[in-house]
Amino acid sequence: MTGAPDVLLLLVLVTDLFIVASGRLKACVRATAAQGVLLAALPLALWVPRGDANLAHVVVIGVGALVVKAIVIPSRLLRSAREAGARREVAPYVSLHVSVLMGALLVMLSLWLARALALAPAAGGGERAALLVPASFATVLLGFLMLVARRYAVTQVVGYLMLDNGVFIFGQRLVGAVPVLVELGILLDLLAAVFVMGIAMHHIGREFDHIDTRALSTLRD
Amino acid sequence: MSAPAVALHLVLLLLAPPLVLGIAVKVKAWLAGRRGAPLLQPYHDLRKLLGKGTVRGEGTTWVFAAGPLVGLAAVLVAGLLVPLAGGAAPLGFAGDVIAFAALLSLGRFFTMAAALDTGSSFEGMGASREAAFGAFTEPGLFLVLALICLPARSAGLAQAWAARPAGVAWLAHPLYLLAAVVLFVVLLAENARIPIDDPATHLELTMVHEVMVLDHGGPDLAFVLYGEAVKLFVIAALLVHLLLPVPPGGWAGAVALLAGEAAVAGLVGVVEGSVARLRLPRVPGFLIGAAALAAVGVAVLFARGRP
Repeated sequence: MTGAPDVLLLLVLVTDLFIVASGRLKACVRATAAQGVLLAALPLALWVPRGDANLAHVVVIGVGALVVKAIVIPSRLLRSAREAGARREVAPYVSLHVSVLMGALLVMLSLWLARALALAPAAGGGERAALLVPASFATVLLGFLMLVARRYAVTQVVGYLMLDNGVFIFGQRLVGAVPVLVELGILLDLLAAVFVMGIAMHHIGREFDHIDTRALSTLRD
Repeated sequence: MSAPAVALHLVLLLLAPPLVLGIAVKVKAWLAGRRGAPLLQPYHDLRKLLGKGTVRGEGTTWVFAAGPLVGLAAVLVAGLLVPLAGGAAPLGFAGDVIAFAALLSLGRFFTMAAALDTGSSFEGMGASREAAFGAFTEPGLFLVLALICLPARSAGLAQAWAARPAGVAWLAHPLYLLAAVVLFVVLLAENARIPIDDPATHLELTMVHEVMVLDHGGPDLAFVLYGEAVKLFVIAALLVHLLLPVPPGGWAGAVALLAGEAAVAGLVGVVEGSVARLRLPRVPGFLIGAAALAAVGVAVLFARGRP
């Protein structure tokens, strides 16, 4: 386990845990942006040194991830949180301490899962980073944890983003096999989804004076 | 170890710690825009305190008198287990990391017992908080030690340092970087620094470690302060070895170690000067987070199949 990709993936795991552990909405979103930067660097670190992938393809994916995941979505998310008048705390259903412990357990689970699953060999032959599959599983699982264990809509969008980041990491095994247009389509889909969620948050906030999703599950006529 | 190496180890362990503490305080003062106390101020403080007479409260027993002594002795012996300038330590053996952690908790236990022995409810509160913080710090400490020692398949620090990749280990092996981050948090917690505790506070409700040593005076207080400096020095030595390739033995090793110690002390000062102290209920979350990071590191180590 050496080399730049594994360092990046280890840092992705650290940001995952930080997002789950932090009690501040802004810190959560900023950590998501940091994760976006790491993800943007990941394709470059994985594919450029070996030189067997289309360089333009890799750079386009990296720049696209940087713009969408690290700049546009986090800033948009912070803005809609401000406009919806969200509180500064993340309002967890389970306490932050328990969240961190659950997060660590989920990371261990995904490390075990990545060993237990028999995956088809990666595109271009051979795994380029030992942590690629475990980190993607862990990011997806911790994204689910953020989706179910937090009350406010903003943190749920963060969970959705982590979910997508996990899929993005897993997709790095296939960079040679998937056309760049498909990857960009996925990134744009995500962007559109976040805009829709931003609008939805705005409406929830205007309707109920808060963006506490607990109120949505107790609606009745 | 040869006799000169042991002598060098003892000289470093006994003389350098107050200077390292002085550097941390100085950097903190600079960040606050003050000139700060001279670097050698801790030595003057110790000399002043050692020249005073001993005063102990009525009703205190031998436990109160033993607290500072055992606390100092525990960290000094722990310092003999940790390689400083050389590749080995005078008392190092295969399994010394367990003894190291045990000695740290022994020192903490006697400090708390001495605080309880005064019968002051105020000091009891401090001891209670210290016990809670200690309980949250220890998982992190043990997991970091596991992270350091598992690649060497030995519970000895000298063997663990010998098994590191050559050169700057954390570049080749990023888990060392993770271990260093967690070890730094453990260092801050063990030494009662900001953001866990504030060594400079004199407000009753916010003191944790300070309040436990309020009743000590004169030589007793000197032992307590010296013990704190040694503890900082010893844990920082672990951190330096983790991050820097310290040349084994001789003056080069000593210089590298002291440079690293100064850097760690500077970092402690920067943290103290720039970060606000955590609210008391948030401290466990901070320490649990650090322990969770170390646990993930250990899990990654096992997932690689070559622990």
